Amino acid sequence: MTIASRPAVRVPGFLADSWRIARKDLLIEFRTRSAFLAAAVFAVLSVAIFRFTWDATAVPAIDLAPPVLWVIFTFSGLLGLNRSFGVELADRAMDAMLASPMSREAVFAGKALANLVFVALVQALTIPAIALFFDLPAGAWWWSVVGVAVLAMIGLTAVGTLFAAVASNTRLAEMLLPMLALPFFVPVVIPAAQATALLLAGRPVSDVASWIKMLVAFDLVFVAACTVAFPYTLDE
Amino acid sequence: MSVPVDMSIATPRPEATAPAAPAPAALIADGLVRRFGARAAVDGVSLALAPGACLALFGPNGAGKTTLLRMLGGLLKPTSGTVTLAGHRLPGDGAVRRLIGLISHHSMLYAALTARENVRFAAECQGLVEADAATTAALERLQVLDRADTPVRLLSRGLQQRVSIARALVHQPRLVLLDEPYTGLDDVGARALTDALRALRNDGATLVLVTHHLGEGLAFATEAAIMLRGTIVATEAVTAAADDRVSANGLASTQAFAERYRDLVMAGGA
Amino acid sequence: MAVSLPGAAPAPPAARGGVDGLLIVALVACAGVIVRALAFTPVDAMQGPAQKILYLHAPAAIVGLYFASGLVAISSLMYLWLKDPRLDRIAESSAEIAVVFLSIVLATGPLWGKTAWGTWWVWDARLTSTLFFWFLFVAYLVLRGAIEEPQARARLSAVMGGLATLLVPFIHLTVYLFRTMHPTPVVLKPSAPSMSGQMLSTFGMSTMAFILLFAALLRLRVRWATLRDANLERQSV
Repeated sequence: MTIASRPAVRVPGFLADSWRIARKDLLIEFRTRSAFLAAAVFAVLSVAIFRFTWDATAVPAIDLAPPVLWVIFTFSGLLGLNRSFGVELADRAMDAMLASPMSREAVFAGKALANLVFVALVQALTIPAIALFFDLPAGAWWWSVVGVAVLAMIGLTAVGTLFAAVASNTRLAEMLLPMLALPFFVPVVIPAAQATALLLAGRPVSDVASWIKMLVAFDLVFVAACTVAFPYTLDE
Repeated sequence: MSVPVDMSIATPRPEATAPAAPAPAALIADGLVRRFGARAAVDGVSLALAPGACLALFGPNGAGKTTLLRMLGGLLKPTSGTVTLAGHRLPGDGAVRRLIGLISHHSMLYAALTARENVRFAAECQGLVEADAATTAALERLQVLDRADTPVRLLSRGLQQRVSIARALVHQPRLVLLDEPYTGLDDVGARALTDALRALRNDGATLVLVTHHLGEGLAFATEAAIMLRGTIVATEAVTAAADDRVSANGLASTQAFAERYRDLVMAGGA
Repeated sequence: MAVSLPGAAPAPPAARGGVDGLLIVALVACAGVIVRALAFTPVDAMQGPAQKILYLHAPAAIVGLYFASGLVAISSLMYLWLKDPRLDRIAESSAEIAVVFLSIVLATGPLWGKTAWGTWWVWDARLTSTLFFWFLFVAYLVLRGAIEEPQARARLSAVMGGLATLLVPFIHLTVYLFRTMHPTPVVLKPSAPSMSGQMLSTFGMSTMAFILLFAALLRLRVRWATLRDANLERQSV
């Protein structure tokens, strides 16, 4: 074999591979914009609908805002997850990635990272929309709410990306993904909603410590577990 | 109209790692079996290809050609048997996978990205230091450089396939696996593909080509094989002249092979 | 001496008398327990006769939540490791039986709640966890139904089964934390009722009967799956 004509290589690390894949996914998404627009419109419109069906004398804003936020978070997240593997399967681009030197774990991390950015951007629209529409008072506790949202996003994206990979192998991919993922969202959404409710009510962060610890534990366990499980979703 | 394509442009920098000792054969498959449930899609295939060899693999649909190809490329694990490339077992680590290039009738491209972005992504995934230069060179070789910044979805099928070939060859693989690459290609595209593959073969790469087109397959193959029901039932060396002109030798050889192929397929009841 | 029950698959020659015997024993045990619970066990002072639903509700929960779910989890993880199709059949069968038992829990829970203390739903630990697990197993079965190729189906549902194993402690923890923050009335104690000696032994017998029933149903279901898979392989080769 002639060696002289081989091009020079430098082995990219796990992080470089993941970031490259995430960047590629985000570039595709923002060039087509279809899923992001759908998720963003869904989120803001839902907030508006909740606002208009709300009887302010019956339920105070502070009681309604957390459930609204987390219901919208769950379903707009699902909208973004659906497209995650579709783009790889359309022309079998996934085969090219799998045949390359990149590790399966890097592929998963890259896809999950792209989904995380997607969900974060939708949340960045939703949270201010809720604050605005429900006339919530400003305060330093908003940062704690954002912190809770970040923790919740990590867990949701890890699990959602994995089940998007599973569902992409089936006939009913888009309908199946919510069914598979929602039971796994329960230990994310309930703690997040409870913590948000307590924080909006003005309670100190120490009161929500157990909920936050649960979110952190979930994130640690499921990010690791989903990364390990991902190669099993591939047909090899 | 044949445009000469020069694939043997050596890149300026030598490889950073120490050169491997030359292996006696580039690709060795030994007793490959792949089952799906009780059904064996590939049922005991062994082959050995030296560098510069090109195997054309024919067979009816369902013979197991694609499954075999995926095992040779490390995309599918065999139920039993081994695949060795340049002395390394497949599926192997990054160094071995970097030797492989995949071309199929699926373009393996991202429709929303441009040709350049697609090929550049592939170059970076392979870890090429000079990804930009390699991308431009690959696109130029396949004569799609002028459309490099068009989103792939706006390109014709023939152009898409050429971009896909550029993607597959940007890292100058030593083993190129092709699964019915001529599907949907027009004359210009088919000509560009054949030229690129012939140049690769001359450069010492090993090719395995699965195709239904006997003519194109035999045009630059060094060996031909027929696969039926998961096993290779016939192989022979191809002695046809390796240029555009089909010599009397080449034509006779192709016809004889075609007849043999037809007989075998009919006999196999496929 | 094969005993054939209406609707059951015929026993394979090798197991003549085996599977069916277990099922008969289990059904007799269940019938016996029902009789004992209704006729020979004291009526609860506070809740009245409706409390006897407990003898159905709680053992179903124990079998569904621990035995069936545990088996799905273990066989899924082991399938990922060993790739043995028998493990996949065990997972499939356990999941279906789990849905059956969990449905019993979800059906009897509101019945009991309404008749005993007037509310259809109580956010007690067992009922809430059961609800989430019921959704989980239904999703698992829908996933299996959506994949045709047997190896892919086994592999992907094993992934879900394996992850579900990790989910279990988190769901229990979430429910527990929720109840700590929003405690239900201590007087009623739906999850841990105080029972007299006779009630406890009925409860114990009921649990044993349900475990027997689970084992019998599992064997039947796994045999059916084995026959079905063998049939499919014969057809496709």
